[in-house]
Amino acid sequence: MKFAIQVNEGPYQHQAADSAYFFAKAALEKGHEIFRVFFYHDGVNNSTRLTTPPQDDRNVVERWAELAEQHDLDMVVCVAAAQRRGVVDEGEAQRNGKDATNIHTRFRISGLGQLVEAAIQSDRLVVFGD
Amino acid sequence: MSTLHTVNKSPFEKTSLEACLGHVSAGAAVLLIEDGVYAALTQTSIEARLKGALDSVKVYALGPDLQARGLSEERLIPGISVVDYAGFVDLAAEHDKVQAWL
Amino acid sequence: MSETIKNFLYLNRKAPYGTIYAWESLEVVLIGAAFDQDVSLAFVDDGVFQLTKGQDTAAVGMKNFSPTYAALGDYEVKKIFVEKESLEERGLSLDDLQHLTWEDEDDDWAEKDSIHLVTRAEMAAIMDGADVVFSF
Repeated sequence: MKFAIQVNEGPYQHQAADSAYFFAKAALEKGHEIFRVFFYHDGVNNSTRLTTPPQDDRNVVERWAELAEQHDLDMVVCVAAAQRRGVVDEGEAQRNGKDATNIHTRFRISGLGQLVEAAIQSDRLVVFGD
Repeated sequence: MSTLHTVNKSPFEKTSLEACLGHVSAGAAVLLIEDGVYAALTQTSIEARLKGALDSVKVYALGPDLQARGLSEERLIPGISVVDYAGFVDLAAEHDKVQAWL
Repeated sequence: MSETIKNFLYLNRKAPYGTIYAWESLEVVLIGAAFDQDVSLAFVDDGVFQLTKGQDTAAVGMKNFSPTYAALGDYEVKKIFVEKESLEERGLSLDDLQHLTWEDEDDDWAEKDSIHLVTRAEMAAIMDGADVVFSF
């Protein structure tokens, strides 16, 4: 089965990103495919490489990055939501005159069409939010 | 078409569980996750509502979320099944779609 | 853009402005319109507040995005289901909502209503019939 996952909330503030991660991990362990993980609303904040969580707690961003690395996952951050919340890659920095980037290399910024496409191409869309 | 409904908020905080139960069809499944697992406890003000729902839909609670909140399975309404994330995935695959009540 | 046509349901249960979900969900609908799927919008619980007339956001300094609902017809989004019980619980009637329409090119561009008032039971059936549900 092909799953598309939508994450609506940022790391730590809500459990949504954690639940989504464990669902994705379990699906992969069962041999299913994750077509795409799409980060929307504050979910785009899962993609910043600049977090420094306490040593004794989980590192949400790195955890996503490791899962993505292991399974070659497509981790997409919505461009409009990212612009609004200041999640920036090289392209966005240049286009919008920002003096820095903050996105983790394992994520890519793209349009909402990627969410719609994922819903069409996958067998199941699973949404995690508040 | 049978749907897996997910409810992630406590029934004492938000109306999402009530909204969900008001729209489920016979044969659907409701999975309580995150703070939604509090709805599975016996002796709450909504126990009767949940028990009534069990007549037409299956209700599950996510084990890891129960454990995190210190809720033992003995305190759950009889008839509610506990699943882990692997079980969550299975439910999502078995049903035709997943609908989140946020 | 794609050969598969699915029955998409965009589920709206939250009020506008207090949170961003109403606006950002509309943005998905607009982009999604280009994918030629079978689209329905459901307004349930506080979601019905998104459609009220006369929204004036000047004093709260936010963008008034309510005119976007009126444009949905131009995007071929014409199945907008509003739950009757949700309106009544909130002291609202159809008169409090924007009058949303679309133009039927197969009927000499006749203007038709996009909003369909449905009961909770009918809404449950609509949800049941969807292939994919987007929640925000």
